Amino acid sequence: MAASFLFSQFMGGLTTAMFLFLIASGLSLVFGVMRVLNFAHGSFYMIGAYLAWQAMQWLHPLAAGFWPAALLAALGVALLGAIVERLLLRHLYGREELYQLLLTYALVLILGDVAKFIWGTGQLSVSTPPGLGGSIQILGTTQPLYSLFIIALGPAIAVAGWLVLNRTGAGRMVRAASYDREMLDALGADVGLIYTGMFVVSSFLAGLSGALVTPIESIVPGMDVLIIVQAFIVVVIGGMGSLWGTFWGSVIYGQVLAFGILIFPGFSLFSVFALMAVILIVRPWGLFGRPV
Amino acid sequence: MPRRGSGLIGHIPWTLIVFLLASTVPWLGSRYDTFLAGQIVIDALFAVSLNLLLGTTGLVSFGHVAYFGVGAYVCGILMKTYGMPFIVAFPAAGIGAGVFALVSGYFCVRLTKIYFAMLTLAFSQIIWAICYKWDAVTGGDQGLPEIPYPNLDWMSVIPGLGELTDSARFYLLTLALVAVSLAVLRRIVRSPFGRMLTTIRDNPERAAFIGLNVRAYQLAAFVIAGAFAGLAGALYGIFSRGVFADYVFWSKSAEVIIMTILGGMDYFWGPPVGAMALVWLNQQITDYTQYWPFVLGSLLLLLLFVFPGGIVGGLVAGFRLARRRLVPRNA
Repeated sequence: MAASFLFSQFMGGLTTAMFLFLIASGLSLVFGVMRVLNFAHGSFYMIGAYLAWQAMQWLHPLAAGFWPAALLAALGVALLGAIVERLLLRHLYGREELYQLLLTYALVLILGDVAKFIWGTGQLSVSTPPGLGGSIQILGTTQPLYSLFIIALGPAIAVAGWLVLNRTGAGRMVRAASYDREMLDALGADVGLIYTGMFVVSSFLAGLSGALVTPIESIVPGMDVLIIVQAFIVVVIGGMGSLWGTFWGSVIYGQVLAFGILIFPGFSLFSVFALMAVILIVRPWGLFGRPV
Repeated sequence: MPRRGSGLIGHIPWTLIVFLLASTVPWLGSRYDTFLAGQIVIDALFAVSLNLLLGTTGLVSFGHVAYFGVGAYVCGILMKTYGMPFIVAFPAAGIGAGVFALVSGYFCVRLTKIYFAMLTLAFSQIIWAICYKWDAVTGGDQGLPEIPYPNLDWMSVIPGLGELTDSARFYLLTLALVAVSLAVLRRIVRSPFGRMLTTIRDNPERAAFIGLNVRAYQLAAFVIAGAFAGLAGALYGIFSRGVFADYVFWSKSAEVIIMTILGGMDYFWGPPVGAMALVWLNQQITDYTQYWPFVLGSLLLLLLFVFPGGIVGGLVAGFRLARRRLVPRNA
């Protein structure tokens, strides 16, 4: 009985972890390449959730409407990211980091209210996509299929991201931009385009994770500022700008949260923050990051 | 920091006039006016304490609300749970916040720029988690409601204060304590120590090269800023009749930064002006719409792209432009 209980905690932690990885990977990429800590990443996630719900309403007659709705939501948020980067963020790259932080915070305020204005303050929910609604028995525990899908999706995205970054020309450009922006610029590469592209990919991931969370969590105002703190902890633990760091950071976060509840009931939140503080003190660049 | 003008305007004791005007609010204004004025006065101290880091030392703290919160909880717990008098609880709040700033600041100042901002944010979220979860001491998500007013009967001795309500008397006490705190902070900013902080802001490498212990100076500024934020928090807890974990959430740190930038972080009196403008604007806007965050966000965009100097920066620039137009160049 004890083993199956521990296994179920472990799987619960893993589901949390893979969701957080989907969200935090975009945050981490933007920080790694552009040195911008994007508070609005959580807002993009929230907008993705609302857009998915909206698209589901439009696609209602279709039985398998969830997947196109999720894709539409992610593309919508990617477009929003492109607009934000081109119109606003771009003009603050040379300025102090305070201004970039405040710009993304201004977006948190604005997007939060825009979402309230359009979709109201009530809870919205989306039903689980057909085929993933059931559950299966593993080691005497009941695991929802949708959780297993998320647990499989996380590593798949991580591997895909790693392949793009390390095995393609575009990925090489992105890595070069994160090492030395001026040099890449001097060599004739369009760094501005790389930055826009990174921001769009990051927004796409935020929107996609927002859409994918809708079957298991209701969509409410305030989900933006709650998730950004968690994503922030994950990237700090794993290392800002490191894809695998973010992956392992998410896994650690999920497990500390799942088992922290058993050790300090009521203080699991505290154990996660304490872990982050210890890591920032000992290795400010995170477990897998590199010193800057 | 720009010199005060030597003309007629420079000789008027502006701070004294503002202080005297602010002290007439309980008589001339309504209860609500006194409430707004109290909020402005406390926010002014909080924002000036942040600006010791932001404007003077060049440290972007994204977790300044932690020290405000520690002060509010220390004062609230001492007064409500242990029945201590205000004269003990108020300094204890400053000391408590200062000690916590010393511990967290010790680690924070070892990092620079964005990493500094992140670690301050992390510490403030730890404080938030403690306040939110430690039911036995902080009241958890219920907070500490109904913190008593300090005993202000001694104020009746002063003619004219006898018939005032407790809240009006506490406003006057707050005003006096904030005025003293601001005077102290101004002395600190203008002292040789304050000049060193500005040197560190402008060029930390050069400051280190001429023999300054940059981290020690930054830590000292961090502790002073934290202690005064704690005093502001102590006043706020009593003033708003309760201390709640919401006060310590990270978005509050962003609000006080906005206040500081709105007023102008290059000027000592910028943050108080920002506090006044923001409280006034909030009160005006919420009459018309519930979408105050949208207005605040748009205002922030305007500040970032159009008026990075804030209100005071804009006024000073306008004043200089006007003087250049009016006074011939070779006069």
